[in-house]
Amino acid sequence: MIVAQALTKTFQDKKRGEILAVQDVSFTCQPGQIYGLLGANGAGKTTTLRMLATLFKPTRGTATVAGLSVTERPAEVRAQVGFLAASTALYARLTARETLAYFGRLNGLPAVEIAARTQRLADDLEMHEFLDRRVDKFSTGMKQKTSIARTLIHDPAVIIFDEPTLGLDVMAARTILRFVRDCRARGKTVIYSTHIMSEVEKLCDTIGIIHGGRLLAEGTLANLRARFGETDMEEIFIKAIGGTGAA
Amino acid sequence: MNVHQIVTVYLKELRDALRDRRTLISMFVVPTLVIPLIILGFGLVTAKIVRKARAETPAVMVLGGKDSPQVQAALAAHPRFRVVPPREDFRTAISNKTLRAAVELPDDFDAALAENRATTVRLYTYDGEFKSGFATGELDRFFRDYRERAIQTRLTERGLPPSLVKPFDITRQNVAAPEKVGGNLIGGIIPYLVILLCFTGAMYPAMDITAGEKERGTLETLLCSPVGRTEIVLGKFLVVLTSALSTVVFAGLSALVTFPLGAWLFAPEVAPVRAAAAAAAARTPMPQIDPLGFLASLAMVVPIAVLFSAGLLALSLFAKSYKEAQSYVSPLIVVIILPALAAMLPGVELTFYLSLIPILNVSLVCKELVSGVFNWAHLLLIFSSSCVYAGVAILLAVRMFNRESVLFRT
Repeated sequence: MIVAQALTKTFQDKKRGEILAVQDVSFTCQPGQIYGLLGANGAGKTTTLRMLATLFKPTRGTATVAGLSVTERPAEVRAQVGFLAASTALYARLTARETLAYFGRLNGLPAVEIAARTQRLADDLEMHEFLDRRVDKFSTGMKQKTSIARTLIHDPAVIIFDEPTLGLDVMAARTILRFVRDCRARGKTVIYSTHIMSEVEKLCDTIGIIHGGRLLAEGTLANLRARFGETDMEEIFIKAIGGTGAA
Repeated sequence: MNVHQIVTVYLKELRDALRDRRTLISMFVVPTLVIPLIILGFGLVTAKIVRKARAETPAVMVLGGKDSPQVQAALAAHPRFRVVPPREDFRTAISNKTLRAAVELPDDFDAALAENRATTVRLYTYDGEFKSGFATGELDRFFRDYRERAIQTRLTERGLPPSLVKPFDITRQNVAAPEKVGGNLIGGIIPYLVILLCFTGAMYPAMDITAGEKERGTLETLLCSPVGRTEIVLGKFLVVLTSALSTVVFAGLSALVTFPLGAWLFAPEVAPVRAAAAAAAARTPMPQIDPLGFLASLAMVVPIAVLFSAGLLALSLFAKSYKEAQSYVSPLIVVIILPALAAMLPGVELTFYLSLIPILNVSLVCKELVSGVFNWAHLLLIFSSSCVYAGVAILLAVRMFNRESVLFRT
């Protein structure tokens, strides 16, 4: 489970002074649920997720991931989290098997366990054909599958996706979306950030609309439709952020 | 601190680095080839120039002296140079290297010699030009011999012994061991090359596994894992250090093979020229370096390698991209070269204060070491001060790795 309480993050910029990237963001995500964080570029999605993954320390507020405080026990939190983002790339000069073994070892798994999990993930994701090939020779789809396997090698309780389909073609994006659903089916706690409206409609149990660093609206798709009087997600989003732009 | 995680990061980074052609070149190829290229390459070129210069009979010009047929005939008969007809533009000819040297004889040279009148012979040369210097040297030797013979003739005519004008001889004897001579002659270049290679060996992997990883997005992937940031920086630091030290080891092995090979190949070619250039040093043995001192100087480079590795890691991490890291790191080569060059300057000796200046201290002490001089107080001071600097650099790198503004600088 993830519980974020008034998460706030500020950055110092030499030219612009203090920048408030995320302000008082609070939400809860239960196991077996997908929480969608919907927002435009620069809305504060990545900063929020990086605080949950302990890559950033919150300036104020706190969060617990699988019952562990992100500020007090960051290493243990990371052991419970699988983080997949467009910005989390793979080592080009390692093979897929070596990549999985590396992250397995970093997570403290014994060699036998790593071998067994690699076998299982390769079966699930149909990776056997390229398991011992170097990543720099991979197609986008192969890279996506390897990234997914890397995220799951330590069987985390919480999986955080930060715009994972950014720049992917339809087929590669579908692989990701199928994987996200699988995670929910396995009882994982899933957070999914995106700026693509159709993805939240298809995937998410709860949707949080974030803009200017603030969580402006939250609820199920049905709740949001009822609250804003719109059926189209894009219209809901525009109304939620107080915009007037017509399509 | 989790040693298992440090080792895991280290082994992965090492495997990654060994699969990178650019790292392999900077770790193995460059250090193995640079010393043979410098020593054997320069040796070959020098030997070729010397052989050619010795084979060539230089053209020299005799100006004036038409009323002195004896000296003219002796000059014309000399086998080591070829007398060409005089021309007005002899200075230009020497500058253009069509003429190697010229000698200007005073009027009545033969007569003045016969009448015991003092005269002056003027030699025209191109200072710094090897072949001109060679020809001028031959002319100079010719006139010294000619003067000697005139003195001998005069003394014989008067029934006086040669010791009248030469009451004693002066000989010079080298007392320094060959390795000390070698240490002074070539000892400066060894620390210079080793320090420079050590820096370049650390440079590429340091930039690749920090700024390069940031740019490729793999650093964020690693930061998402449970491994601590201190463990990450230490694992990465050890890889950079391995690269820097392997550069030094390969350069050292290469030097140990190259120096004796160079001495064996080029000694017969170069020795006579060196003797001619410094007549007093004609009996100087072929310079050598102290092998133990050479190995000790490689050991002294270890803390420098630590300093370079940690410093480069911290600096490169600050950069957003590999290209930006290059722009930070490249100017540092000049900062490294200047103190490393100090050992090549004549007369710069190690003092207490110089022992505290990083790089310069190691450069100077390495020169002493390859000369076979083991000053233990200096060695201890330099090793410990270098270790302190290296420790500070590691702390700085760890600190940089714990700063969000550095890790996620975009």
